[in-house]
Amino acid sequence: MVNNTKIKVRNLNLFYGEHQALIDVNMDIMKNKVTALIGPSGCGKSTFLRTLNRMNDLIDGVKIKGDVLLDDVDIYGNESDLINLRKNVGMVFQKPNPFPKTIYENVAYGPKIHGIKKKSELDEIVEKSLKGAALWDEVKDRLDKPALGLSGGQQQRLCIARCLAVEPDVILMDEPTSALDPISTVKVENLLDELKAKYTIVIVTHNMQQAGRVSDYTSFFLNGKIIETDLTENIFSNPRDKRTEDYITGRFS
Amino acid sequence: MKIHEKIIETILFICAAIATLSVLLITVFIFKEGLPVLKSYGVFNFIFGKTWSPTNEQFGALPMIMGSISVTLGALVIGVPMGIACAIFLAEIAPKSVVKIFKPAVELLAGIPSVVYGFFGLAVVVPIIRTNILPIIQKFNPDANTSGYSILGGAIILAVMILPTIVNISENAIKAVPFEYKQGSLALGASHFETITKVIIPAAKSGIITSIVLGMGRAVGETMAVILITGNMPKVPGSVLDSVATLTGTIAMEMGYAGPMHQRALFATGIILFVFIMMLNIIASTTLKRVGRG
Amino acid sequence: MHVVGKLSVKKPIFNRPKKKTNIKEKIAYICIYAVALITMLALISIIGYVLLNGIQHINLEFFTQEPRSMGRKGGIFSIIVGTIYLTIVSIAIATPIGIGAAIYLTEYAKENKLIKIIRFGTETLAGIPSIIFGLFGFVFFVIFLGFRWSILSGGLTLAIMILPTLIRTTEESIKTVPNSLREGSLALGATKWQTIVKVVLPSSIPGILTGLILGIGRAIGETAAIMLTAGSSLGIPESIMDPTRTMSVHVYLLASEGLSKEKTFATASVLIIFVLIINLSANMVANKYIKKLI
Repeated sequence: MVNNTKIKVRNLNLFYGEHQALIDVNMDIMKNKVTALIGPSGCGKSTFLRTLNRMNDLIDGVKIKGDVLLDDVDIYGNESDLINLRKNVGMVFQKPNPFPKTIYENVAYGPKIHGIKKKSELDEIVEKSLKGAALWDEVKDRLDKPALGLSGGQQQRLCIARCLAVEPDVILMDEPTSALDPISTVKVENLLDELKAKYTIVIVTHNMQQAGRVSDYTSFFLNGKIIETDLTENIFSNPRDKRTEDYITGRFS
Repeated sequence: MKIHEKIIETILFICAAIATLSVLLITVFIFKEGLPVLKSYGVFNFIFGKTWSPTNEQFGALPMIMGSISVTLGALVIGVPMGIACAIFLAEIAPKSVVKIFKPAVELLAGIPSVVYGFFGLAVVVPIIRTNILPIIQKFNPDANTSGYSILGGAIILAVMILPTIVNISENAIKAVPFEYKQGSLALGASHFETITKVIIPAAKSGIITSIVLGMGRAVGETMAVILITGNMPKVPGSVLDSVATLTGTIAMEMGYAGPMHQRALFATGIILFVFIMMLNIIASTTLKRVGRG
Repeated sequence: MHVVGKLSVKKPIFNRPKKKTNIKEKIAYICIYAVALITMLALISIIGYVLLNGIQHINLEFFTQEPRSMGRKGGIFSIIVGTIYLTIVSIAIATPIGIGAAIYLTEYAKENKLIKIIRFGTETLAGIPSIIFGLFGFVFFVIFLGFRWSILSGGLTLAIMILPTLIRTTEESIKTVPNSLREGSLALGATKWQTIVKVVLPSSIPGILTGLILGIGRAIGETAAIMLTAGSSLGIPESIMDPTRTMSVHVYLLASEGLSKEKTFATASVLIIFVLIINLSANMVANKYIKKLI
């Protein structure tokens, strides 16, 4: 059997000072699939997502035990380089966060950081990334305009384009549509379906319908633990755990 | 009851207006005293005249204007990179425990009276320039000479004096950059340093420029430190090792013994200083407002 | 970490010369640390140099004796008296006006054009250099109002100078008083003024205190403006209309005229010790305030 696991998480524990935010998390994230992380607020799903590209390193007093293996390499091991990791594992945040630069500069930022200087090459990457994020047609005539002038939905797709421009393997999305209007949400959701052909996607969402619509696998988090992980259709039609059932049927608060 | 409250409000309003009234009074009185000389001597002659010789009623302020500009520019050349580096250090790099020591230290730097800076410059920096720095420069330029009382000495001390202004305002500007920008850049695989130089500093640009403009105002307006260090020679300078007189220094030195005409000429010098500082203040407050909106 | 091939043609994105960049960044970090270190060293060397040379000449007589032969001999008794006298006068004038202005600007002012002008005027006042204040105080208080070189002239000039600081710190602390407190008082039938006096002001005392302490620091450290308004007489002032000499003016005159290195260091040391105490107490008040808020 071909090994289709992109990320393996083994016995992951995370502490904010005294408080333990993740408890013995084990998970396999499949290549070229969309994995959704659901659960009530404060269950640890966003924290977990941020362990996959080590964004938690930014927070003071965080301690992490356990292994996260990307293509069988431990990302917390010594040989692993933080910058390489984040290049390969891109992230889209809850609130669109374009830089206060032009649309072009936003997308070109990553490639420039990683050493591409030639204008023609950058142009090509910018166009390809914006097309990949289904934003090209809307902005191709105003690439030199400030990114902050775009609508919220466009800004979020710009952030996705910015992420695609460094050609990651994995894209992490932290409630990417929670700040968007319904129409923009549909656009981003449709985009996910196209992206998974090339990328492995992990998405945190509050919206269970969204998880059902976009994901192949779903993990249910509760109080820092994974209660169950399964094919999305199984989770929603036939959950094994009573707590999962309570949550997805809304009997849970 | 109502009248009682109304009276209080009026009194409070007068209190609030006093600061602004003071600015008006200051403007009126400085101009009233100084304008006659500017008129009779000619603004052009006053600003571009090369000879300042009050006893001969020659009031060319160019040497002092050049003196103020050269010392200020020198201070900016040294102080701006240092100040921005310190601001980056405080806002992005230093661990909390270091910030706890470093921040009060910068505040203390702002609290030291300017006359103490001047005295330190006179007692330490001037001799160092004369005995240690001059020989090095003479290796390249045998004609160089200096008493130590120089633009260089003034610039070094002024650079330290404007540090707190630049550090505090730049640090606040850097800290005001949304965390999302930093996060977004790091998530793309940029290093912390790339994030600082390519995202955070550009986003904090207006605040940093404001800090430089205000630091410049502080340097131009500084009196006591400059008076003790720059040598007070009203000549247009030729090198950084030359002695210069500044606008502020000349006013402070000569006011005590000036005759009526000379006094008015010093007020005219004050007008030039005042207009220059006002322009800097207006530039600073408009850039700051742009930051607020942006 | 190995990179998996993808459907798209692999661009040489990830082959950046990493080592070179890292070395560049390391150098930049080292520079920033070095600048921070230099800043600390500048502070330590200025304070250390003055104190080390000055403290040995400070003894009880230095505080209790009057200066003799232009300050070459004796102590600084009359100068300390003059400094304290002048500081008290300026604080006594500025405090009520500053607090009144802050109350008006936070509690009464509606955002209209007049208030904008008042705010801009206050901001501008803070940016005016001390020598301009000196010129103004000289022509307005000393000559125009006929107060001569006196503690009154100096005190009034200083009061205007410290007004912006007082207004700003008081305003900031008034703003932190939660609205619920005001509403609670008003709901009990208290008038606006009663609410301000009984509820708002007591909660903002630490901020007012910080402003006062900073104002005292400015008053003690100021030189140029005082020289032109309060004179430099060495006698003990007997009334508010007498001229006087403050410590910083004393340091300047001793240093510029090279009268006595010993006495200059000693006076500068006393000045620095004052400033250290002031900074320390301002920090303590501010810290206490922050703790109270949490």
